Amino acid sequence: MMINLRRQKEVRAVKRVLWCGFVLMFVFFFSTATLYADSKAYHVGCIFAITGKASWLGEPQKNTVEMLAQKINESGGIDGKKLVLHIEDTQGDNTRAVNAVKKLIKKFNVCAILGPSRSGTSMAAIPVAQAANIPLISCASAEIMLQPIEERGWIFKLAQNDSDAVRKIYDHLVKRGLKKVGVITGTTGFGAAGRDFLIKMAPEYGMEIVADETYAPGDTDMTAQLVKIRNSGAQVIVNWSIVPAQSIIPQNMKQLKMEIPLYQSHGFANIKYAQAAGEAAEGLIFPAARIMAVDTLPKRHPQYALMAEYKSEYESTYKDNVSTFGGHAYDGIHLLSGALEKVGDDPAEIRNYIENARFVGTGGIFCFSPKDHCGLDKTAFELLTVKNGKFVVLEP
Amino acid sequence: MRHKDYMGLGILLLVIIFLPFVITNDYYLGVLVFTALNCLTCIGLCLLMGYAGQISLGHAAFYALGAYATGILTAKLGWSSWMAMGTGVIISAGVAFLVGVPSLRLKGHYLAMATLGFGAIIHIVLIAAVNMTGGPSGVVGIPSLHFFGIELNTDTRFFYFSWSTVIIGLLLALNLIHSRVGRGLRAIHGSEDAAGSSGVNTSVYKIKVFMVSAVYASVAGSLYANYVNYIDPGPFDVMHSVLLLTMVAVGGMHTIWGAITGATVLSLLPEFLSSMSDYFESLGLSYQPDYDTLIYGGILLLMMLFLPEGLVDGMNSIRRITSTMFIRARKKLVF
Repeated sequence: MMINLRRQKEVRAVKRVLWCGFVLMFVFFFSTATLYADSKAYHVGCIFAITGKASWLGEPQKNTVEMLAQKINESGGIDGKKLVLHIEDTQGDNTRAVNAVKKLIKKFNVCAILGPSRSGTSMAAIPVAQAANIPLISCASAEIMLQPIEERGWIFKLAQNDSDAVRKIYDHLVKRGLKKVGVITGTTGFGAAGRDFLIKMAPEYGMEIVADETYAPGDTDMTAQLVKIRNSGAQVIVNWSIVPAQSIIPQNMKQLKMEIPLYQSHGFANIKYAQAAGEAAEGLIFPAARIMAVDTLPKRHPQYALMAEYKSEYESTYKDNVSTFGGHAYDGIHLLSGALEKVGDDPAEIRNYIENARFVGTGGIFCFSPKDHCGLDKTAFELLTVKNGKFVVLEP
Repeated sequence: MRHKDYMGLGILLLVIIFLPFVITNDYYLGVLVFTALNCLTCIGLCLLMGYAGQISLGHAAFYALGAYATGILTAKLGWSSWMAMGTGVIISAGVAFLVGVPSLRLKGHYLAMATLGFGAIIHIVLIAAVNMTGGPSGVVGIPSLHFFGIELNTDTRFFYFSWSTVIIGLLLALNLIHSRVGRGLRAIHGSEDAAGSSGVNTSVYKIKVFMVSAVYASVAGSLYANYVNYIDPGPFDVMHSVLLLTMVAVGGMHTIWGAITGATVLSLLPEFLSSMSDYFESLGLSYQPDYDTLIYGGILLLMMLFLPEGLVDGMNSIRRITSTMFIRARKKLVF
């Protein structure tokens, strides 16, 4: 009996130690907020998919904002105030994106948020930013993010519209007098959105969709789909996808000796896809942001100087090819630093500033308005083609 | 229910009531809401794994069924959130029954593979059935939950609501365990043949507990949809099933409290690590986000190496070892 009592006491002591450990962990976790009280700086939040399945989007974005923030701070900051970036990683995960946005707003008191990188994470983050009245400038492309505009007053986006890429392609087809279109898309969010726009906007341009085929991201052969398109009498093929599988289509077309022209989406704008397709990719046409072919752009183009500078800086700092996605982050920091310089760090003032902002960026010539929170139209795209394994401007 | 369980529930209740007075930051409350949702799913999974001894690698699918039932029925068809949640529960239980009848005849790895396949199928359906689920673009504009006229639109309100649900779920699960059914389930875990020979209808019990655990996951999914107001197939992939399984295993699958501990620790750990990185950065140390993943993996590895029975059981054995050490030391002092 005595031993039992004593034992119980000791057990209690050990339990107490364990509890203290837990409590300490909690206290530490919940107390780091006090570390940040630097009011002499501008605090801006960034959320990108830095690691995980969408890291090819987030990595260049993180690199770009870090490079720009360093440059701004080295040259004396904004109005003498330092620009402090709080960069969070979503890992491409919706739940983490929601947590990250809340953390940026409630813990770091940021005045604006740049990101997320993906449409899905953006959609999950939007209600939080909208309810907290903090401007959120997404780097994703889905147009649904801004609809309905009355309920998205604090949301902006920097990526070009998918529908504008479709417009660019259809414009070119009209010019060439091609009418019968065979559509083939990948079954991802990007592919599905493209398919919708291609089908919906066809009548507007007098196009006839004679074939509508899809493929899964992991497919390795699209001969079956292409034969169906050939038999449908299509005059042109439009392939809409962002996954590596899209490189197989030009190769399959070559094997089938299909001579009709092939158009790709802006999802093809990654030089690795052109390299994977090899010789078969030569001559295909796709709309893309001009940053992908800066070298072949006429020097008089208003975007040229800015993009050439970004490209050379990025590529010398990180030894990696510049990308459209990093460009969105570049435009975002430019927009925000402009806003901070003009109106300071009041979120509502920043929002009003952005709604009337006009500037030349890597993504195009932005022209925001209270009705248009994207600020880009089809002129943001340039038709590119592949020549000797490189992206070049089709009609300079 | 045992005395200890009442104590645990009481303490949990007190902590939940007073926590929002201590933590007023919405970010932390938000993290704790997601923790509650994981706890809820893990309670169900623990009933299935720890008590009945059946492995499920497809629980994210039931989570998804709940979330999409709420998403589609409320945002697209304008149903009330409660009706939608109830429908989700019925659908999940029905699907669990249909999946359970053939697959619970399987044992061990085969059962794991069957549920894994089921999870993958549901995920593919979510992506491919564009007209119904919205495909990869998901379901937008899911309304918040209303509870007796109060809209649960702030983090504090939803915190109370989600953790109350956890407590109710816990109460029901603990009751179940300490009933005739619970003893039957544990008998199945011990030896299916022996349980069968002493009068436990093993197949019926297994299917029932599978359905119960699916219902827990479905309710958690519905709450997720109501809380985030947006769903897409992303959070419901096979990796989420694996994460849920890990939570239960890390906490210790032999008690419900283990599942709760595991779910809490693994839900808070990523945010804790990201706070650590902020801390290091404020000290001027360079810290890459990739390190989080490394440390996370390292912690899991250490737990599984040194506490293979889970945190709760591990704590108990640490307690036992230290207390015997105390006793020995005292004996030496006395003699």
